[in-house]
Amino acid sequence: MTSTTSADAATGARISATSVARARQALLGVVGLLLVGAVWQLVKWSGGGDRKIGSISTDDASMPGLPAIWKAFAQEDVRGQGRTVFGAVLAGGWFSFRLAVAGFLVAFAFGFVLALFMQKVRIAEQAWVPYVVLSQTVPLIALAPLIAGWGGSLRIGSFEWKPWMSATGMAGYLAFFPITIGALKGLKSPKAQAVELMDTYAASWWQTVVKLRLPASIPFLVPALKLGAAQAVVGSIVAEISIGLKGGIGRLIIDYFQKASGDPSRVFTAFIGAAALGLVVAGFVAVAELILTRHLPNALAGQSA
Amino acid sequence: MNANTPTGINSDAPPHGELSDVAAQAVVTVEGVDKIFNRSKANQVDALTDVTLTVATGEFVSLIGPSGCGKSTLLRLIADLSQPTAGTIRVNGKPAHQARLDLDYGMAFQQAGLFDWRTVKRNVELPLELRGWDRARRAARSAEMLELVKLSDFANHYPWELSGGMQQRVAIARALAMDPALLLMDEPFGALDEMTREHMQAELMQICAATGKTTIFVTHSIPEAVYLSNRVVVMSPRPGQITKTVDVDLGVRDEDARETSTFFTKITEVREALRAIETASPLGRGIEDR
Repeated sequence: MTSTTSADAATGARISATSVARARQALLGVVGLLLVGAVWQLVKWSGGGDRKIGSISTDDASMPGLPAIWKAFAQEDVRGQGRTVFGAVLAGGWFSFRLAVAGFLVAFAFGFVLALFMQKVRIAEQAWVPYVVLSQTVPLIALAPLIAGWGGSLRIGSFEWKPWMSATGMAGYLAFFPITIGALKGLKSPKAQAVELMDTYAASWWQTVVKLRLPASIPFLVPALKLGAAQAVVGSIVAEISIGLKGGIGRLIIDYFQKASGDPSRVFTAFIGAAALGLVVAGFVAVAELILTRHLPNALAGQSA
Repeated sequence: MNANTPTGINSDAPPHGELSDVAAQAVVTVEGVDKIFNRSKANQVDALTDVTLTVATGEFVSLIGPSGCGKSTLLRLIADLSQPTAGTIRVNGKPAHQARLDLDYGMAFQQAGLFDWRTVKRNVELPLELRGWDRARRAARSAEMLELVKLSDFANHYPWELSGGMQQRVAIARALAMDPALLLMDEPFGALDEMTREHMQAELMQICAATGKTTIFVTHSIPEAVYLSNRVVVMSPRPGQITKTVDVDLGVRDEDARETSTFFTKITEVREALRAIETASPLGRGIEDR
């Protein structure tokens, strides 16, 4: 029994060690953010308003101070309707968030099924992986009008293609690449001996996937999902801008840019909103990672860090 | 089956049908088996040539020989993880392929190969899950198996919290979980240190005595083969063939058995058989003489 308790204690120590490490990481993240803000403000003040430091212009148009940005959040939104800028950024963020999540889910489903198929049919892997890579060399901006154009004329029965679906498709297009490659690598990761063990149990292909390949893929899948989530956020914002979809944070950036001569600090509120959106999505993925890797030893869980 | 055998034996296995007495006695029959890798290519390897071997119920047979003698290949053919180029292999009176589908054997490899994301208990339950056993039945069987390998206290631990020897014991429990007639072991103790190894050998003897399993055991170690086996099969490389079979009767295989004169006589006999191979072929290396 003594060995049991010592092993329990070791597990406990390991868990508390990781949570301490996580708290430290979060703290460092906040400190880093404060540091960036401080440097920004320091440069602004040392410029004294309208002078240049080297080639950096510190006037309000190119470099609004933090207090100005803070105040801008409380101002009335350019489009009126009694809404504040903060409210507009929040609403835009929520809209873009949903676009990104939908795109991420589409990418996950598509990428995972594609990876499964490529794992099962080796010739498919050889045939398609080059195209999966190639697909990412086509700029999203170039594809956007095409996707929006096709979508605009698509109608199947009572189903009608909506512009947000085009944006979701584009977000998914960016996100599916890391997910497919990561999932494929993970599904192929079990050693030959582990696969043979499943053969000795006469396990079917599907049983081997569910009991072995899927759990073994998690350390590879988690970093892929992180990348995919970030790509989905970028994809949704770029898609909004390139197809002119209203309601999201991408559109807000454009709107505020057009009014930038009046108040440049507003553009930065939209930037901060976009960055916060990225952080929120990264937070969701981090929670998913915690859940997915809770039963893995540090060495394995560490692969995804 | 004796009184110590776990309950619920082979309840998933289909009825064995009509068998002659001889076939019922033999768990494994290997007849005139050849295995050629990369046939008709520049890198063709004759791994096994005309191998014939019969293993009777309850027997413990070790396969020993230099690296490349085909002992692991032979084990893999019996397990139907690879198919012979010529000859026939029957397990439990059925073709090897059918025997694999019926889970007539359990296998342990050199690496314990436990799944890191499963607790010890759930690792043992893996084959049961694959056969659709319900939770209560799985729990009962895994508890029974973990008691057999003396790891009941570690049921809810993860494999990476266990030592190498303990992991290998879990792997043995997993191999025995479906209560197969035959246990195939491919150098299962090869990665363990000498002390752990002797301890594991004694444990394996107890497990085999308790369950009455038939075992085929691949090893590099002469003392290990002699201590564990009723019969040591010596194989030679290029092409892989059985050159000698040494019968061992140590009586009760406890720790004292390692110090009997029979033990040392048999070790010498096996060693000489291996040395004859080394003289015949300069390639015959890789035997642990400890």
